[in-house]
Amino acid sequence: MKQTIGELGIELSSDSKMDLKLTRNSESFHNPNSSNYNLNSFNQAPQYFPNLSPTNFLSRAENLQQNLKTKSTNTFEPNLNSGMATQNPPLDWDPHAMLSNLSFLEQKIHEVQSLVQSIIEQQAEFSSRPSELATRQQLATADLTCIIIQLISTAGSLLPSIKNTLLSNNPALRQLVNPDFNNNLKCEGLMRNFPETAKNSEYEDLLRNLDNEADWMKEPNPPPESDIVDTNPIDEHDLKESDDGDAEREHLPPGSYIVLQLEKEEILAPHTHFCVICGKGFKRDANLRMHMRGHGDEYKTPAALAKPSKEPGSDAHPVTRYSCPFVGCKRNKEHKKFQPLKTILCVKNHYKRSHCDKSYTCSRCHAKKFSVIADLKTHEKHCGRDKWQCSCGTTFSRKDKLFGHVALFQGHTPALPMDEVKASGSGQGNDEMTEDLGGYNGNFASEECLTGMDVKGIDESRAYFSPMNFDGFGALDEFGRGGFDLEDNPFAFIPSGFGQRSGDS
Amino acid sequence: MEPEKRMDKRIRVDLNLELEQNPIIISPFESLSEEVLFLILDLLNWNPLDRKSFSLVSRSFYKLESCHRRWLTPLRSDLLPSILTRYSSISHLNLTLCSRLTDVTLASIASLLSSSLRSINLSGSRSYTHKGIECLADKCFNLEEIDVSIRVDLGDEVAAAIGKMVKMERVNMGRCRKVTDLGIGCIAVGCPNLKLLSVKGCVGVTDLGVKLVAVKCTKLKSLDVSFTMITKKCLPAIMQLPNLEEFCMTGCLGIDSKAFVILKQGCNTLQALDMSNCEHMTDSGVLSILQKCPNLFHLNLASCSSVNVSILSGLKSMCKLGSIKLDGCKVTASGLKSLSNSCISLKELSLSKCLGVTDEGISVIVAKHKDLVKLDVTCCRYITDESLSAITSSCTSLVSLRMESCTKLSSKGFWLIGQCCPKLEELDLTDNDLDDEGLRSLAGCHNLVSLKIGICLRITDNGLIPIGHSCPRLQELDLYRAIGITDKGVSAIADGCPHLEMINMAYCTNISDESLKFLSKCSKLCILEIRGCLQVSSAGISAIAAGCLLLSKLDVKKCCEVNDAAMFSLARYSHNLRQIHLSYCSVTDAGLLVLACLGSLQNVTMLHLSGVSPKGLATALLMCHGLTKVKMHSSFKLSIPQALIEHVESRGCSFHWMNKPFQVDFESSELWKQQSHDLFVE
Repeated sequence: MKQTIGELGIELSSDSKMDLKLTRNSESFHNPNSSNYNLNSFNQAPQYFPNLSPTNFLSRAENLQQNLKTKSTNTFEPNLNSGMATQNPPLDWDPHAMLSNLSFLEQKIHEVQSLVQSIIEQQAEFSSRPSELATRQQLATADLTCIIIQLISTAGSLLPSIKNTLLSNNPALRQLVNPDFNNNLKCEGLMRNFPETAKNSEYEDLLRNLDNEADWMKEPNPPPESDIVDTNPIDEHDLKESDDGDAEREHLPPGSYIVLQLEKEEILAPHTHFCVICGKGFKRDANLRMHMRGHGDEYKTPAALAKPSKEPGSDAHPVTRYSCPFVGCKRNKEHKKFQPLKTILCVKNHYKRSHCDKSYTCSRCHAKKFSVIADLKTHEKHCGRDKWQCSCGTTFSRKDKLFGHVALFQGHTPALPMDEVKASGSGQGNDEMTEDLGGYNGNFASEECLTGMDVKGIDESRAYFSPMNFDGFGALDEFGRGGFDLEDNPFAFIPSGFGQRSGDS
Repeated sequence: MEPEKRMDKRIRVDLNLELEQNPIIISPFESLSEEVLFLILDLLNWNPLDRKSFSLVSRSFYKLESCHRRWLTPLRSDLLPSILTRYSSISHLNLTLCSRLTDVTLASIASLLSSSLRSINLSGSRSYTHKGIECLADKCFNLEEIDVSIRVDLGDEVAAAIGKMVKMERVNMGRCRKVTDLGIGCIAVGCPNLKLLSVKGCVGVTDLGVKLVAVKCTKLKSLDVSFTMITKKCLPAIMQLPNLEEFCMTGCLGIDSKAFVILKQGCNTLQALDMSNCEHMTDSGVLSILQKCPNLFHLNLASCSSVNVSILSGLKSMCKLGSIKLDGCKVTASGLKSLSNSCISLKELSLSKCLGVTDEGISVIVAKHKDLVKLDVTCCRYITDESLSAITSSCTSLVSLRMESCTKLSSKGFWLIGQCCPKLEELDLTDNDLDDEGLRSLAGCHNLVSLKIGICLRITDNGLIPIGHSCPRLQELDLYRAIGITDKGVSAIADGCPHLEMINMAYCTNISDESLKFLSKCSKLCILEIRGCLQVSSAGISAIAAGCLLLSKLDVKKCCEVNDAAMFSLARYSHNLRQIHLSYCSVTDAGLLVLACLGSLQNVTMLHLSGVSPKGLATALLMCHGLTKVKMHSSFKLSIPQALIEHVESRGCSFHWMNKPFQVDFESSELWKQQSHDLFVE
């Protein structure tokens, strides 16, 4: 996902409330096809709402239009045939789809159940491996998140205000009741299409908050970029590569944009949104709005809770770029070859990386240091995962690199993974074996009468008790191997789909 | 102890000969020089009991025999350390018969045979792990060959251990499914002298590992990567190996024609290439291989369904190809014609189960290649006597001819074989329309070693007796369901074929004890199948047991007259008996117990033994230490204690629980043949 975004030169922010950026992004993703489609569906809309009063319809249509325009979200697919609407009768609530959704939920709940069960059963083992327990817990949380999202969206399809009016006309909603949907992003985008619905904004906030956790559950292959434009608060570390703002790629002529320069303190401030009443700071506006509800009923109205919509004239907002406050930096506007930074997030990350101490140390290798916590997280994801190791100690993240290295140098050997060797307990076994062997040689040297592989010898010695069957030894060995198997794939008991994703986290 | 005495006499006869040449020597045994005794030992090879008798002559003979032995194939691993203290100069150790082989055993082998051991075969043995192999790697610094195949649970650690053996030349890791590129990489780096490597069926091995082997082991002569995930990426590296002679890639689905077409450089040294079951291989691929590997002699294209033979016509006639297997391919007469035109030095051709083989095709091929040595036309059902006359008129030096299920052949054709192919050693006429006249004429093939005439219902003694008279070299005779054969025919075989090692007389219902008494003269007999011969009783089996001491495999299923008496004789004489099939016999607990005392016994099938009780069975299982495989009726599963079964299994035995109903009477062979033919027609 990171790569795709980087290539497109698009910046996404965890702070989705930056209106300025939202506009730009939506513009950059303005897809003529989808907009056409949206307009089409809008134009066709009247014939499906014959009973609506003109004013009602107008406001509804306005809303729709605005939504489509500002978000260009495209939970709809551009090639979706708008004529489909004519084929499907309105009020078509599909109980089969609902049933399949419910059974999906049921299956999901069972999965979580078994996961939690296994955590309980293996509690003793986890005490020695806390990180694994954390992984399992994370997995359970993610599962639950998924279930909640599914539940809400399934229930959402039943909301009367939607059901009777827009279902037939809105392909996205049909997608919702479609049994095969599983992308929670779509649900979110979908919900936003109905801001006038009483409880919608609450869903929205809830979904967005959940999204932060559910983010990692996304499919490994990025969905079409139109899906992730501006609506998704993506974790900061996913944006690392693009957030130094490559203005040079834009080739904006100097003077064609406004340059803003934030102060150092402003850049390093942990919070950007503050409660006007109690002064508490928040990273996200949505969280602030949720917080505000505690200060009185006036903050609980849908209008107050809704995301502040853009000013009509915001489209004409002049292009803004940012300058680093550090004098002498290339990103500082005083510099001869000044290269502006694109967004506030770029400024933050640039300043921390280039002009601050690297205070975050990797807890795995204790060597790498970072000043941006997202960078640390990204590193920790891969740290220690260079599982391809050479006998010389060099590690590689890819198998073919290791084999290239081994092929190049004389005497270098691919090394087997350490935990594998450890689990089989070779050292211990060898010691035991040599001891046993000592007993052996003496034994057999003294029993000359038993020497002979001939048939007679075998017959005679049938009753001879052989110390050969070191069952204790064999048992130890088998035990060791069992341990290794467990370690090798800690998610063996989880359905395969999940094992895959958890590997990425 | 009768056999030993007999052998002693034999040795004494040898020594007396020596004495006649040197009459001055008074004490013959002590004064014979070591060189002479070693020479004698060199000649005592085919019967293991001879060597035993030799070592029993005197103390010095015993010592000499211990020093002389180089090869050892023990049946049981638990006595191995004591055996190896006696035989300290063993260089080739075959442990395939030891079902259970612990790391401790391997460690003791390593310490006892540290410098002499050169080759060890652990194929199929269970229980050992990489630790045992590491012991071998530590101490046996001269080890050159190791076989750890058929251990699906062995992983990269074993390969890494093998990688520590610097002098290693030949490694077989077939079907070690858990071995990956890492393990292969360890071997590639650690064994620079590697000449043979087989990673057949190691599904974890990919291009990377094979490529590394090709880069590091430049002395490699033979490489087997069958049934792995390799693709065309590793082929260039393999083809650059300067000494590669044999390359096998059966069932590599990742290899297609393009892989060879785009190959820039072929391998000049490559002589044998096996591409059977490569489904994606097509004509263009085969053509480019032949162009790029000019010295190729063996080519196996079996089951490559998309290969069309006629493409070979594009080849220049300089092709050195001598042996082609086209089993199961689509073949046309024109295709065979172009094949015969392009492959001028063809010696061996297999068209087994090829559709479209006709008289015309065969005639074209054999007309061009008069020095064809091997021809396999199994299941080419459309060829007639015309083909045979073409084959026999031109290929007079034919050594092997396989024509199973060529039902359109008649006695005229067989007569031609007998007349024109005196060099024939191997002849397979199973399920042909062979009659006495045809069989009699086959007696002209005096050099026959293997003759298979199973399911030829029309042959009788009149046909078989001439074979017995004129084929003294015969070792293998298959008379399966040849119902016309009686004791008379078998007696002729027993008299005329002293080298007989294997005879199958299953369902020859006219055979009686007399036949077996005749056959007991064939002292080399090791495989005897008399399934369903209802007239055979214990007397016959006893005669065989006493006469054929090398008997290793015996099938007496449905010989209802065989009872405990036969088992007593077997227990007394047949110390080489490894496999026995006893179903439906009249054996009781006593017979089974006596049989179980045979240390060599490994594989027993005993279904529907009415006289055997669960208790007797359990005791027999406990007594028989060497068992590796037992087939029993599933009703015993409940009556034998589970703990006992587990105990026997822990010694390396696997149980096969059968649930076949008791068959009261047996169908006649005519009916059986008719049914099998009906199946074919359907």
